[in-house]
Amino acid sequence: MTRVRVNGDGQAMVRKVEHPGVDTDVLLEWYRSMVFVRHFEEQAERSFRRGKVGGYLHLYIGQEAVAVGVLGAIRDDDIIFASYRDHAYVLLRGTDPGAVMAELYGKATGVCKGKGGSMHLFDVQRGFYGGYGVVGGHLPLAAGAAYTLRYDHGGDRVCVCFLGDGAMNTGAFHEALNLAGLWGHDGLCPLVLVVENNQYGMGTSVPRSSAVPALASRFDAYDIPNEVCDGMDPEVVYDVVRRGVDEVRRTGRPWAVETLTYRYAAHGAADLLQPYRAKTEVQEWRQRDPIAQTEQRLRHAGALDDAKVEAIAAEAERRVQEAVTFAEASPEPAPGELYTDVYGDERQRER
Amino acid sequence: MPELTYRDALKSTLVQEMDRDPRVLLMGEDIGVYGGTFLVTEGLLARYGPKRVIDTPISEAGFIGCGIGMAMLGLRPVIEVMTWNFSLVAADQIIQNAAKIRYFSGGQAGVPMVIRGPNGAGVQLSAQHSQALESLYGYFPGLFVAAPATPADARGLLRTAIRGSDPVIFLENASLYGLRGEVPDEEYTVPFGQAAVARHGRDVTLVTHGRTLHMTLAAAAQLAAGGVESDVIDLRTLRPLDMATVVESVRRTHRAVVIEDQGGLYGVAGEVMAGIYERAFDDLDAPVVRVSGEDVPMPYARTLEVLAQPNEAKIMEAVRRTVA
Repeated sequence: MTRVRVNGDGQAMVRKVEHPGVDTDVLLEWYRSMVFVRHFEEQAERSFRRGKVGGYLHLYIGQEAVAVGVLGAIRDDDIIFASYRDHAYVLLRGTDPGAVMAELYGKATGVCKGKGGSMHLFDVQRGFYGGYGVVGGHLPLAAGAAYTLRYDHGGDRVCVCFLGDGAMNTGAFHEALNLAGLWGHDGLCPLVLVVENNQYGMGTSVPRSSAVPALASRFDAYDIPNEVCDGMDPEVVYDVVRRGVDEVRRTGRPWAVETLTYRYAAHGAADLLQPYRAKTEVQEWRQRDPIAQTEQRLRHAGALDDAKVEAIAAEAERRVQEAVTFAEASPEPAPGELYTDVYGDERQRER
Repeated sequence: MPELTYRDALKSTLVQEMDRDPRVLLMGEDIGVYGGTFLVTEGLLARYGPKRVIDTPISEAGFIGCGIGMAMLGLRPVIEVMTWNFSLVAADQIIQNAAKIRYFSGGQAGVPMVIRGPNGAGVQLSAQHSQALESLYGYFPGLFVAAPATPADARGLLRTAIRGSDPVIFLENASLYGLRGEVPDEEYTVPFGQAAVARHGRDVTLVTHGRTLHMTLAAAAQLAAGGVESDVIDLRTLRPLDMATVVESVRRTHRAVVIEDQGGLYGVAGEVMAGIYERAFDDLDAPVVRVSGEDVPMPYARTLEVLAQPNEAKIMEAVRRTVA
């Protein structure tokens, strides 16, 4: 067990598993994925600063280990719901980065035809059922989706729901969890709740927003087994989540993990000032950067050297630039698209 | 044609649709063991079991949100709200999720879901249990809003709602559940966006929906005794809104009165009036008049409650002003 500093005010006990020793090949693949996601996010921010990406842009930088560890622990036929900080999940799920970037650019070739933007990425074909913009609002959807996975004919698929620490103070969170807990008693709610506790709901820290800052304890109230883990280490996340997911698959009962992580960037790219936290705090967390940690481990194992690190970064950048080129070259949505996708049966529109 | 109550028309339609499609399930507060506050789902738990007839805690945002997730994954949940007043707790789910998911997903996901229950006032339920909410939900693209006034339309519209591919706000009324009427035996649907002409007349067009249809018809019968013949239009759905039928009628009668339960400001009547002015202004011989609920929270005292709502006398008075 090690103690991990949560933030200036509070401390949390974190279970630090012995490194389960995933294959070096797998770890190398995760490293590649994390580097790619970070390059993508850095480019998204540059595009935002250049006015190519509009609206709200929430970057995942710093939290990569969570997405990589969780997605590494589930199957392709499992489904995912997420909040608005959602780029990493679709990218790791295998969605074409060009279509994701084009969505940020508001282009016709975007995953949602330019109608959703950064906060509402979808790739239903790959089981990604959306990013949602109202904090906590997607929790009930995920619980209902999980129920559906057991409604027909058993099966053992699970529904993963990513949420932030901020979502845990909303009514929707508590209502959804109570239902999930109840349905879980009948084996009808294979829901995997992944809290990404990045220490702040926008600019308000966990101790300033939650009467009991040990957030995972809330799951106890709904009879949902839960764990807390280091969210800066993909191997830890993977190990904890894999065992949790196995249990959910077997039992049809919900399970939750609180990953302790950190976003280096502001809440949204438009936030210029961050009066709520000290630069030193960001520096401290950067010491535990998931990509750097993984890189060290791989170097140690002899799987990475300077040349390979550079090559992986170059390859990530090449893919990101390809996505940008695609997005830039893509057409704006046709004006007629304004009225499509409002209803399933377009003939039903107002006469 | 058999005669059914509005309640039995709803219930038998639920049974037919659940027998027809295993993806249809029911969810709501006290709909199973208790049988439903207005007994619309009585006996259905025994028939279909707890997996398809789900008793929920008092948790509208939770179970309506869960219904959205179920619908996105291919089920067809029919959710009962004990009254539409309680839907406000789940407004974020209905408005921000159900109505918009198809659009912001670029058509990748849809929400084929029905939310049904009594709308508007009952008897002395006071302010928090008496609100009529059609203009609220009518505002949001992505939702359908249906308000059947008869047992036959309750069945036809509910069937359309359950078989459709989008979220439907299905507005019933406590005073309608016991209403009897003929309901065709065959498997029919009533399409959305098609108003019904409930009575034919040449002198004035009366436009209404839901519970107020019946007081409007009673007023029309009395007016006919005095020589004023009314065209009575039952909108049946408020989104889509069938303005074509209204405008066609107004072009013949040159006069119109619009009747609704909810308060007049920002309401359905105002929307219908705007449509008439936009499309048939030159055909009008008199200003269009509306008869709405009074612009107050619903009072408890029976005498005040009656004053706050539209009634036959108010409708007749409005028509007399219009045809004068």
